[in-house]
Amino acid sequence: MKDSSRRGFMGKAFGGFAAVGAVASLYAMKKSWDPLPSVKAAGFTTLDMSAYKENELVVEKWRGKPIFVLKKTAKMVSSQTPVQAERDVMIDGSHYMIAIGLCTHLGCIPAYKPSTEDFLCACHGGQFDFSGAVTKVPPPRGLDIPPFKIDGNKLVLGEVGPEYQAMKDTGITL
Amino acid sequence: MANFTKATSIKDWLNQRLAIEKVEKVMMSEYWIPKNINFLWAMGMVLVMTFVLLLVSGIFLLMYYQPNVATAFDSVNYTIMREVDFGWLWRHVHGVAASVVFLIIYIHMFTGIYYGSYKKGREMIWISGMLLFVTFSAEAFSGYMLPWGQMSYWAGMVITNLFSGGSLHADFLVEWIRGDYVPAQAFLTRFFMLHVLLLPLAIMGLIGLHFAALRIPHVNNQDGDEIDFDVESKKYLAGDKAGSKVIRFANDFMSKDMMVVGVYLVFFFYLVFYNYGFAMDPVNFDPADGLKTPAHIYPEWYFLWSYEILRPFSVDVGLIAFGFAQVIFIGLPFLDRSPNTVPASRRGLFKYWFWAMLVDMIVLTAMGKLPPEGIFSTIGFVAAIAFILLWIALPIITKFEKKI
Ligand code: FES
Repeated sequence: MKDSSRRGFMGKAFGGFAAVGAVASLYAMKKSWDPLPSVKAAGFTTLDMSAYKENELVVEKWRGKPIFVLKKTAKMVSSQTPVQAERDVMIDGSHYMIAIGLCTHLGCIPAYKPSTEDFLCACHGGQFDFSGAVTKVPPPRGLDIPPFKIDGNKLVLGEVGPEYQAMKDTGITL
Repeated sequence: MANFTKATSIKDWLNQRLAIEKVEKVMMSEYWIPKNINFLWAMGMVLVMTFVLLLVSGIFLLMYYQPNVATAFDSVNYTIMREVDFGWLWRHVHGVAASVVFLIIYIHMFTGIYYGSYKKGREMIWISGMLLFVTFSAEAFSGYMLPWGQMSYWAGMVITNLFSGGSLHADFLVEWIRGDYVPAQAFLTRFFMLHVLLLPLAIMGLIGLHFAALRIPHVNNQDGDEIDFDVESKKYLAGDKAGSKVIRFANDFMSKDMMVVGVYLVFFFYLVFYNYGFAMDPVNFDPADGLKTPAHIYPEWYFLWSYEILRPFSVDVGLIAFGFAQVIFIGLPFLDRSPNTVPASRRGLFKYWFWAMLVDMIVLTAMGKLPPEGIFSTIGFVAAIAFILLWIALPIITKFEKKI
């Protein structure tokens, strides 16, 4: 009797000990699967904004993702609805559309047509206007705007500046 | 310690130490198979054969494949295809088998559904089989990544994005799965690990479970007869081979299985040598480019039906419908409320249910491949709704089925 309760105790003690070990190793496994520090550190890109031409989409690369940069023409700017205007990034007096070039549906790259000034995502037929707002589903929202900081006529992607923070707070981007 | 006597033969020596005669009886000579089953029951053996082909060809590919974003594409398309002697053979065997294995799995599954082989007593056979199907799907997907072509990259992008859970925006989860912001080196290496080690291990374990689940309830038969295996096997062993309803697995039944496997292998190697192209998407012969999406993204044919269920809806509804389609088959033994274990043709409305489900899945597959425009997206939408409705209807129609 005494013997078996001692065994019971040892069983429980071992169970507890093993549980701690299991949790610890799960934690280690989770962390090992995380992105590496070198991957995270490479997450900044600086763009020189003086080089872009109006109504010409340039695709930059940040964190391996395509970044759309579109300098808006005067006509686009004047015709903008408030919803479209909110998404503007102003640098050195010019209006830009800056967005992660991955469809918010399932991540295909929409194509830009300069003639109609909009984007078409061929995967499931989603459409976006020249400011990156969605005009035809399935995409659930406009193109996401990457975190940016304005630095003179340079744009640093990956750093959060006040303009980006404001967009995030008002829910214009995620 | 057991009593060891001087061995009279190698077999006897082993038998004293490993009980091989007992194992032989359990596994082969006294493993009983009903007589009234048709060639559709041989699909299990065909699958075993295909799995072996996948394993062997995979091992040969593994020796030259390089899981590195810079070299993966060339290691497959140049080294294996051109430099390695017979490298093309392993690749084509592997590619064709990966595609054909799903055809056989679907036949195997629908045979089970048709004859009610998932019913009372056989639930674990069905559940372990469906778990195998899910693991095979993961295995196929992780393998599809490895050549690091355009379709690999973008399939990886799209499928991992599903894990953000639509409006939940669990992007951290997606980045965690990828180990990067987009599919890149970490992604390729970990999917390589999954494909060559973890998932095959899981598959082998599940195959063991699937076979074990068969041992006690025994395999079903064409008429859904309840056979008393103890009585019938005694009859057989007593010499009444013609009167018994069962036969030995080996070598009697095996000979029939092997006949089907033989026919299958002719078909299989015909594909490998003359028609391997269907298993290789042309888009995947462009190296992966994170800045350019192919015009149409579609999965391999065996995933088209569930992909089409995802497609016609808005993100969240689509994800829910997709999730539903992935898991619902597991619940089949519990959703079918009728006690009848007979072929669908002898049951009530279930007969129509079976054929409606089969046709619906074929329609979904066809629509999944076509571009999502106009009439095709309408048909796809209707078929997706029909799929869901059929599953909702199943418990109701089977409940009212008369006991046969
Ligand atoms: S990924 Fe763009 S519409 Fe689906």
